Amino acid sequence: MKFGVVVFPGSNCDADCYHAVKNVLGVECDYLWHEDTDVAGYDAIILPGGFSYGDYLRTGAIARFSPIMAAVADFARAGGLVLGICNGFQILLEAGLLPGAMRRNVGLSFRCEFIHVRVENADTPFTGAYRPGQVLRLPIAHGEGNYYADPETLAALEAGGQVVLRYSEPDGRISEAANPNGSLHNIAALINKEGNVLGMMPHPERASEAILGSEDGRGIFTSMLRYLERRRGR
Amino acid sequence: MYLVKVYVTLKKGILDPQGVTIRGALEALDYKNVREVRTGKYMELELDAPTAEAAREEAAEMARRLLANPVIEDYRLEVEEARA
Repeated sequence: MKFGVVVFPGSNCDADCYHAVKNVLGVECDYLWHEDTDVAGYDAIILPGGFSYGDYLRTGAIARFSPIMAAVADFARAGGLVLGICNGFQILLEAGLLPGAMRRNVGLSFRCEFIHVRVENADTPFTGAYRPGQVLRLPIAHGEGNYYADPETLAALEAGGQVVLRYSEPDGRISEAANPNGSLHNIAALINKEGNVLGMMPHPERASEAILGSEDGRGIFTSMLRYLERRRGR
Repeated sequence: MYLVKVYVTLKKGILDPQGVTIRGALEALDYKNVREVRTGKYMELELDAPTAEAAREEAAEMARRLLANPVIEDYRLEVEEARA
């Protein structure tokens, strides 16, 4: 099993993701340069957080045209697992691999804190290790996590179970107060219709070990590994 | 050569958090008559093209592909002849 972490100019969570996969999960992992044009041989690709290309123009707008993104799109179309975290989520939206767009946070603050999310769909390759309705305590760190999609798209996302994580109170109640950025329907994570591309604003790699204050994020990575092992065993 | 001015704004009906904040600040300065503020981006492209129409068409394609995000943004173009 082999994971790849893409490094864009301005990525700053690449080392954290690499550590979570390599040392916490114990799985082979490589850094992939944004100018690479091939992701053959990898079982999962992670687009890490950060500020690719300085967030110039729009978050993720320039990174989506990196040479490697064409390979990542092909990889996704072929059923490969793609996880976009924070800026990685923004890149997936700009690339059209997930629907919708991000706006500036309501209140304009850059929100850097622990929040809670409720697992809305535990039947995905990224959340299989969680219980439906489980509440996770995860850190966020972003200025543009205010998710928008038009009403038809939003309805389709809800009907298809594509909203995977929702900002919630610690007890799992969904409220406006628990929403750190104004995101529609408190959306914190989305999956594509095919179920192999996930974008999430919280940082699971920063919450995968007790020393980091939470281990709730590790389940994202263990879910992916479990799914891939099962798929390989078939 | 042509000078293409590109105006990118959030689509009508999409919340503009920066606009809301600016409106609040104007209100604090006692401008109580501002109903709404909408923010956006302004870009200038110096473009080699055979005709103004060609410059406009190419700039429109650039706007659709990169300069604006069609999910949440609209764009408007102004094309002027410019001296090389």
